[in-house]
Amino acid sequence: MFLSLLHQHFVHLALIAAAVAAVVSGALSPLVIARGQAFSVHGIAELGLTGAAGGLLAGIDAASGALIGSAGVGALLGVLGLRDRDRDAATGVVLAFGLGLGALFIRRLQNNSASTTFGLAFGSITSVSTHEVELLAIVGAAVLAILAICWRPLWFASIDPEAAAARGVPVRAIAVGFPILLGAAVSEVLQITGALLILTLIVTPAAAATRLSARPGVVMVWSIGLALLASVGGVLATLQWPTPPASFFVATISFASYVIARIAGDRLRARRPAQLHA
Amino acid sequence: MSAVVSLSGVAAAYPGRTLWRDLSLDIQPGEFVAVLGGNGTGKTTLLKLLLGTLRPAAGEVRILGDAVRRGDRRVGYMPQHRNFDRDLPARGIDLVALGAVGHRFGLRRTTAGTRDRIRHAIAAVGAAGYASAPVGLLSGGEQQRLRVAAAIVDDPALILADEPLASLDVGSQRQVADVLDSCRTSTGAAVVVVTHDVNPLLRHVDRVLYLAAGRWAAGTTDEVLTSARLSALYGLQVDVVRVRDHVVIVGAPDDPHGHHHHHGGEA
Repeated sequence: MFLSLLHQHFVHLALIAAAVAAVVSGALSPLVIARGQAFSVHGIAELGLTGAAGGLLAGIDAASGALIGSAGVGALLGVLGLRDRDRDAATGVVLAFGLGLGALFIRRLQNNSASTTFGLAFGSITSVSTHEVELLAIVGAAVLAILAICWRPLWFASIDPEAAAARGVPVRAIAVGFPILLGAAVSEVLQITGALLILTLIVTPAAAATRLSARPGVVMVWSIGLALLASVGGVLATLQWPTPPASFFVATISFASYVIARIAGDRLRARRPAQLHA
Repeated sequence: MSAVVSLSGVAAAYPGRTLWRDLSLDIQPGEFVAVLGGNGTGKTTLLKLLLGTLRPAAGEVRILGDAVRRGDRRVGYMPQHRNFDRDLPARGIDLVALGAVGHRFGLRRTTAGTRDRIRHAIAAVGAAGYASAPVGLLSGGEQQRLRVAAAIVDDPALILADEPLASLDVGSQRQVADVLDSCRTSTGAAVVVVTHDVNPLLRHVDRVLYLAAGRWAAGTTDEVLTSARLSALYGLQVDVVRVRDHVVIVGAPDDPHGHHHHHGGEA
């Protein structure tokens, strides 16, 4: 049964979508950790859910709705949170109102289909369409291209914003622009994990990777690798055991990788002081 | 040969509040200047004017004869110390590399020449032994030395440092002060350090700029740090006492937390 499923078109689409979303989220994840924006990601994801539900209600597809909702909210959060200490409060305020709208949209959708609602909240990777995969690929390529070109200033502004600003890095533009990138990435991951489990692919991979190395390049490779493992592994697992949703497997693999990385990382760090004074 | 820093008739203000005005001062190559004063007197604001991240309310700021502009490669900057997160995915060498190429967009690889400059800066501050360790696991003094390396990696003519010794223990304060001092003697760069406590820097500073009550005084420590000069600056009785090699200022009112300048490691 498992092998025959691998020849199915919908399975190919699901695997491609899972891989694209994992590469994008794994690449952004170290920046999310360095900037301390896990809460913003969660806020953007819940608004992505509102956007996706709104998209379905308006007669366009969920993926486009999620992209508009997430990127739009990302832009709003970026502007509201320009002053660092406002960021948490601004995210909370926007999130609360957006979820209210989401509740309204979902109630109206529920007349049509309860499985759609479940898909928005917890992902619907095995029902992803060709059109949605195309959108995923285009958005993913755009996010990765921007990330590659802006990598050094983004990284500088995230690690040492005062020094970066003095060096002429457009720190404020990055503070507004980065949440928009996040929004685009969130709309990708939404397909796989749903809105409620978004952090499992955008926060956990780099949280695990930073336990294994402090070299930015190595952290990036680990982060993308662990995201791929969880995402693609989750889809394969749900083919074998169809009762739990894919997002359950994705979250479980992701969490397991974090636990293992923590244990391995504590051993690495315990060795470091000896190296320091060698 | 123009001055490294040339301020003429400069005023610093935020909407509704003028911090100080009519500041005219030239700083020469190789000079070590400490900017002193209580909290909220506009010390950090002066650095922002020199970095071009804030515009003066009046007057003119020139760096090496040119109008000040943000991102000038001839100015190195050490922001106020904030401990790096333990899990931050960056090593000391990555921090210094960002000082050299962190402003660059695009995909170009770091050249061998740039890597040499990074190594050289790390060696110059004596950080070679721990530059490849995660920066979040280093001590405050080690992090500050790496910040000095990040500031000098482009061989700047002016080094600006905002409270570089705050929250360091006395031994680390001495080491970081010595590193800053050796940078200016080896490269001829001018050094401007904002500090709430001049004592760890007394051996190194050529001149101090004291900001208080919207006014300023500049000169050598012996000229400025006297009871008569500071009393005139504040407009009330301030006593400067020298105890062994320390300067203690008693009665300066502008510190909202009510404690006075004193020697010690705490921030």
